[in-house]
Formats: sequence, C-alpha cells, structure tokens
Amino acid sequence: MAHFDEKAKPFSHKWLNERMAVDTVKKVLSSEYWIPKDINFLWAMGMILAATFGLLIVSGIFLLMYYQPNVNLAFDSVNHTIMGEVGFGWLWRHIHGVAASVVFLIIYIHMFTGIYYGSYKRGREMIWLSGMLLFVLFSAEAFSGYMLPWGQMSYWAGMVITNLFEGFSPTIAGGALNFPGFVEWLRGDYVPGQAYLTRFFMLHVFLLPLVIIGVIVLHFATLRLPHVNNQKGKEIDFDEAAKLYKNGKKKESKVIPFSPVFLSKDVFVMGVYFILFFYLVFFHFEFAMDPVNFDPADGLKTPTHIYPEWYFLWSYEILRPFPKDPGLIAFAFAQVAFFLLPFLDKSPVVAPANNRGLFKVWFWVMLVDMIVLTIMGKLPPEGMWTIVGRVAALIFIALFIALPIITKKEKKA
Amino acid sequence: MKEFKILAVVVILSLITYWGVEPFAHSQMHKHVEGHNFVYDGKADITDAAKEKVAVKKAFWGEVNQIAKLPGNVAAGEASFAVCMGCHNGSGVNMGGVVPPSLDHAGSLYDKTYLIALIKDPAIASNVDHKYAVTMMHPMGAVQTMVTTPQQIADIVAFIKAKKVGNIEPKQAFLEACGRCHANRYGGLTQIGETPKFKTEKEELAYKVKVLDEQDLVKAYMGKLPPDLSIMSRARSEQYMETFVENPQSQLPGTSMPRVGLTKESFEKVKAYLDETGDPSKAARNAIGPWVILFFVIFTVLAYLWKKHQWKDLH
Repeated sequence: MAHFDEKAKPFSHKWLNERMAVDTVKKVLSSEYWIPKDINFLWAMGMILAATFGLLIVSGIFLLMYYQPNVNLAFDSVNHTIMGEVGFGWLWRHIHGVAASVVFLIIYIHMFTGIYYGSYKRGREMIWLSGMLLFVLFSAEAFSGYMLPWGQMSYWAGMVITNLFEGFSPTIAGGALNFPGFVEWLRGDYVPGQAYLTRFFMLHVFLLPLVIIGVIVLHFATLRLPHVNNQKGKEIDFDEAAKLYKNGKKKESKVIPFSPVFLSKDVFVMGVYFILFFYLVFFHFEFAMDPVNFDPADGLKTPTHIYPEWYFLWSYEILRPFPKDPGLIAFAFAQVAFFLLPFLDKSPVVAPANNRGLFKVWFWVMLVDMIVLTIMGKLPPEGMWTIVGRVAALIFIALFIALPIITKKEKKA
Repeated sequence: MKEFKILAVVVILSLITYWGVEPFAHSQMHKHVEGHNFVYDGKADITDAAKEKVAVKKAFWGEVNQIAKLPGNVAAGEASFAVCMGCHNGSGVNMGGVVPPSLDHAGSLYDKTYLIALIKDPAIASNVDHKYAVTMMHPMGAVQTMVTTPQQIADIVAFIKAKKVGNIEPKQAFLEACGRCHANRYGGLTQIGETPKFKTEKEELAYKVKVLDEQDLVKAYMGKLPPDLSIMSRARSEQYMETFVENPQSQLPGTSMPRVGLTKESFEKVKAYLDETGDPSKAARNAIGPWVILFFVIFTVLAYLWKKHQWKDLH
C-alpha cells in the first residue's frame, strides 16, 4: 500500500496528489501534452466540436424541461410553448437547431482535414475509426432529434428512413436479405406513431448522448499516444522536442504544450466561430429549420418534396438515383467506405494531399463529388439532376475502388 | 498568409454547398408564381383558365372592368345595400357552408374591382367556379338575382368603399378576412371567433361542440377543414403567401379556397397577425442579437491578444 502523509491537510495539494496524482494527470493531459507547433486553425476544429456539443447538451436540457413527447402535444410544445410562451425558449431552440446543423459542417471540415493531411494512418488508425464512429452516432442523434417536433418532415423522413430497414427485395437471394416485420418492430407500429415518437425521444435524450460522451472520451484517448499530426506530416521525436521546450529553447523546439499555448489559439478560433454561430442563431436560422416541418405531421398528406437535412444529402443521393436493390448496396457501401480509409490507403506517406501525386487528384475530386452529391440530393429527382446525381454516385464508388491502386503506386515512386 | 488561403478554401466550399442546398434547391423545387401587386383585373384567371372557360372569363372580367369605370352613387348604394344585410348581418349563422362575413370594414379590407366582380358573380370572381356546374350554386350565388344592373353594382361598391371603412388592427383583419374558415390556435381563434374564458368544464365542452359543429359545416363545404394558420408564416415563404392570397389557384390548382380580394394594405395587416402568432420572438431576437455578437467580438479580440502573448517567443 502506498504511503500517505498523515499530517497533510484534507484537500490540500499534497493530500490530493497522494490520492489522485493530480500533478501527473495535469502533466499528461495539459501542461506536458505536446502538440506540434507547425499547425493551422484547422487543428482547432476538435475543440470547436467539443464546444458545440456542449451547447447542444445545455440547450437540450432547457428544451427538455418543456418538450412533450406525445404525438398530440409535441408540435405545439415546441412551436408554441417553447417558441412563444417560455422566456428565452426560442433562444434555446435556435441554439439547439443551428448547432445541430453547424456541428455537421465542422465534422466534415474536421474529417476532410484528417484526410488531407493523412492523419488517419501510421499509428493514427484508431483516431480515425473512433472519429468515424462518432460521425455515425451524431447522425443517429441528429435523425432521432429531427423526429421530435413531429412536423411533416419529421414524420415523412422517419417513414422513408425506417422503410430502408425492410432490406432487399424478396426476390433477391431467395428472400434471405428481406426482413418482413422488421420495420414494424423498429417503429412499434405500422406507421410512425406514439410508440415511435417515444422511443426516438428516449434515444435522443438518453441512450445516444450517453454513448456519444463515452466515444468522445475514447476519441481523446486514441489521440494521446500518437499525438496530433502537423502541417507537413513530419514525424516528430516528442521526447527530444519536449526537452528543448522545457529547457527554454522554445524557438528550436518543434512542440508546444496543450495548455496554455495551444489552448490560447483554440480559444481564439472558437471566438471567431462563435461570432458566426450566434449571427446564425439570431439572424439566419432558416437553413437549420426547414419550412416543411412547420406543418404538423399528417399521415394522410405526403409533402411534395421529401429530403433529409443537408448533412445526409450526399449519402441519400448515393441511394436515390438507382433502382431499389442496387441503391441499397451503394448506400451501404457509402456508410462504411470512410471507415476503411486507413486500410484502403496503401501508401505509408503521411503528407498533405497536395504533395502526394495522384492522391492530390483523388482528394479534390472526392471533395467536389461530395458537394455535388449534397446539392443533387436536395434537388427534385428530375431530368438532368438524376443523371448528374447518378454519375456523382458512381464516381464516389469508383474513387474508393481506385484508392488502393493509386496509393500503391505512390509507394514505388 | 497561408492560414487565410486555407480559410478562403473552407469558406468558399461551404458557401457553394449552402447556395446549392438552400437558395438554388428551393428555386428548383417551387415553381415561380408572378405576383400582381393586388390588382384584380382577371388577367391571370383568363391565362390559367381551362379552354372551355376562357371565353366566359374574358367576357366576365371585361364587363367588370367596364363597371369599375362607372361613377357610383353612395346614397343609392346604401339603399341597395339593404339586400346584402339579409345575410351579412353579423348573426354568425352558417349559410350554405360558411358564415357570411361581416362587412363592417369591407371598404378597407377589399379591393374595389374585386368587390364589383364578387357581386356580379361570386364564384367566377373568387376563381372557384370549377366547383360549380352553375355558378348560382355558390352560397352567395343568389346575389345575381338581387343585384342585376351594372349601375346597382357600382352604387353598392361606392357605398361600401365610402362608408364601410375603418382603421382595423391586424387581428381584426385576420378574423374578418380569414377567420371564418381558418383557425389560429396560437392566437386562441377558432372558426367561430375568439375563444372565451370558461368558468366550468361543462361550459368549455359545450363551446367545443359548437366549434366542432361549425368545423363540420365548413369541412362539408370546402372538402376538408382548411388548415390552422397559427404558424403558417414559418411554413411558407413570403412570396408564396402573397401570391396565394392574391389567387389561391396559382399555387394550388383546383383548391376550393376562394380568392379573398384583399388590398395590399390589408394583406400586410393579415401578414402582421400571422407573424405575431407564428414568429413571436422576432423583436426579442433583434434586440438581443447584436449584444451577444458584440460580446463574442470582444471575447475574440481578448483571445487574440492572449494567443499573441502565448506565442510571442515561439518563432
């Protein structure tokens, strides 16, 4: 058993240190958590995501105090009680709605930063995988939350997405991939109704946030040993660089401590982000609150256009331009493709995409293709848009098939 | 500087995505309907009319525009107006599917040419003649047998425009122009008006039954219960609302909603009421927003100074 100083005052530094190793924890997590110096503002996206998630939790708690998970009351509890009767209820709702949309913009920036700088390989695979897991969880959280106002788009998006779980046509593989009754089991009814709303409410306010918090901790943990990447993808001897820094040779050292040096930059970037964020909350929130969802849910009236929120559009567009079964295969592919990135990229080179030959082309084509898919996913599936969407979806699939070939060549060069 | 170049790439790509999924996608999803600035001359009706109806509508609106040029006599109009009072008497009794509207402020609410057209043939004027084999079947159709000459119509409209006027509040404008078919539950309004406070549950239930009875009649007349308009100002764009009110058929072909014939000013009043119930936080947003943003501007400046200080020895 460890030795404890009997004379140490309760809760004094020494007392705490003996019991919780606070000095070590502080060193490991902040003052001697070394971050490369050669970084740009994109390295602050993680912190911005954490802050936005915090805003979502806090605003969510306030909304939860007045929201009614009942098919007859939900719509008015959001649009009348919270938006009109509760003091500052509108502010919490706007923060919640805008944050839910903007958080995905930051997630995509965060993701493509990782892809651009090759931050998913050579020891950083687990960072990438836990990050992708967070993306899936955030998607589920966003979808379940979208059900709660019980407007027309809540209802019909819920209908369309849960329908996907009936599987492939019964004629495929002797019906082995068709799941009769599964959709009804998911919904708790033949159509979205009370049982459906209550279970998505549970998922949104309890189970999913709980799992998300756990995986965020995992995501941070996966980062600690490999350290974050830097702008050139250089391998850094962190022990040596840390020694230089601690000896006062800050100019020569390639690293900085997380706190306060890296943090000061994070906080500055966060400030810029919050200016934009609150501008959106007060003056430009329509993009995050679709007009169709201000019509109450009506199972007898299908809206003219049904589309998901913007952050799901690219994967929706990989499903939509194809007949049912091939569409489902393409959709399933799109969901797992990014997970496989560390294993499909066969090149050991960790460097910015622009310095990686063919991978440079791959990266920019992928980025543009995702934007094209996103826009096509919202346009009505008519005429030219369907063709553009189908081509963009095929390019998406082809890019992932081509990735191992492209990157293998890079190895030889 | 490199960071600004990266920022420019991020901002440009985000804006392109935003443009594509918001303004561009919405412009592709909703057909554009040209507004006509609350002038009711029947042009759109004639253009959109079914082939066999073009001639009828052309003749109708041609006559209406002729009547609009006749000078009306207010005193003679007042005498003829007695005919209108048979139904438009404020009794709140449903007649043929709907409660005849109060005409107390009709001169302020409705357009002159539209009133002329309405008295001449209510079904064609309100552009719901597709619902009737004979336009006389319209609940107000009988007016064609009571007010027969162009001069009589001109007189009545002159009277309404001169005497049935007043400065009315947005809520009253909504009640008179929309409230007999559309409820507004956030504003506490049903098809039979403002819901009073009740002393007993029994009283409340009895009132509810009255509302349901009225809704059944409206439903039978319109084909379905017209939607509650509490939050319609968030569900439809401003342009949609304006063109829809001018001519419901332009946005929803075949709808049984009649054209109401509001003037531009009275439409603004109705819209103000819909904003009041549908988007009540607008004033608060505009009051607080700039201060919150100012707070974060100061926050960012301070954070920048802190960052400068922390990084000064590093390069």
